Amino acid sequence: MSSVPLAAYLLLALILFCIGLFGALTKRNAVIVLISIELMLNAVNINLVAFAKYSINPGLTGQIFSLFTITVAAAEAAVGLAILIALYRNRQTVNVDEMDMMKR
Amino acid sequence: MTGEMIAFFFLALTAIAGGVLLINLTNVVHMVVALIFTFIAIAGIYITLSAEFVAVVQVLIYSGAITIIMLFGIMLTRHQEKDRRAPRLKVILTGLAIGLFFLIMYGKIKDLDFGQQNAELHIDNTKKIGIELYSHYLIPFELTSVLLLVALIGSIILAKRDDDEKEAKK
Repeated sequence: MSSVPLAAYLLLALILFCIGLFGALTKRNAVIVLISIELMLNAVNINLVAFAKYSINPGLTGQIFSLFTITVAAAEAAVGLAILIALYRNRQTVNVDEMDMMKR
Repeated sequence: MTGEMIAFFFLALTAIAGGVLLINLTNVVHMVVALIFTFIAIAGIYITLSAEFVAVVQVLIYSGAITIIMLFGIMLTRHQEKDRRAPRLKVILTGLAIGLFFLIMYGKIKDLDFGQQNAELHIDNTKKIGIELYSHYLIPFELTSVLLLVALIGSIILAKRDDDEKEAKK
């Protein structure tokens, strides 16, 4: 049975992780930075699920771990957005490079 | 070329295309909509990896909840029509660093293969995950619910308007 090799899944996850990292480091809109971080977490989830199927001891551990990661990512998105809205109320901006109160 | 390979190819292409669109589009709402394609394609990838339950959770949480919450974040804040780009030098340097990271990681993973085991993860997938969650992973599972509660209350407190401060200013 010839199916998709493990390396193909890992390569896909690596490409998505690099795209997310690039977006998180270069975009200036805070919402887009948050969503790029979600993309990076998704790439990690692909790795976890791929190793759950194609490792030496296949099992459900990787899938359950990815469920926990998804939960933490959802909580992170909610808290990040709340911080963003509080910041917008005080500073009237969502640009990352104008958020420098702690550098002054 | 088996059916599994064709499915993987198209799903991977959709996922990467969504990511590239996220980088290249200028309208913020369009970026989020492009990412919905990526999230749904990743759910398809999970199905090819015989993880049906994780795939359904991915569609519910990511392409449902997180995308909607991000759209709310965009609607509730004011934006310039176009997302201004970062300085060119910074983009080039970041791209070079990430390219280097990509090459190093690719060199490590390209020959990685543990052989194909006869894992039958797709049989009663949801039932098995439920049994594992409520037996072996019970404590992390309950801790996750506490984490969600803390995130819920914390985000309400962070985002609510401080009425006391306003009255004190008057």
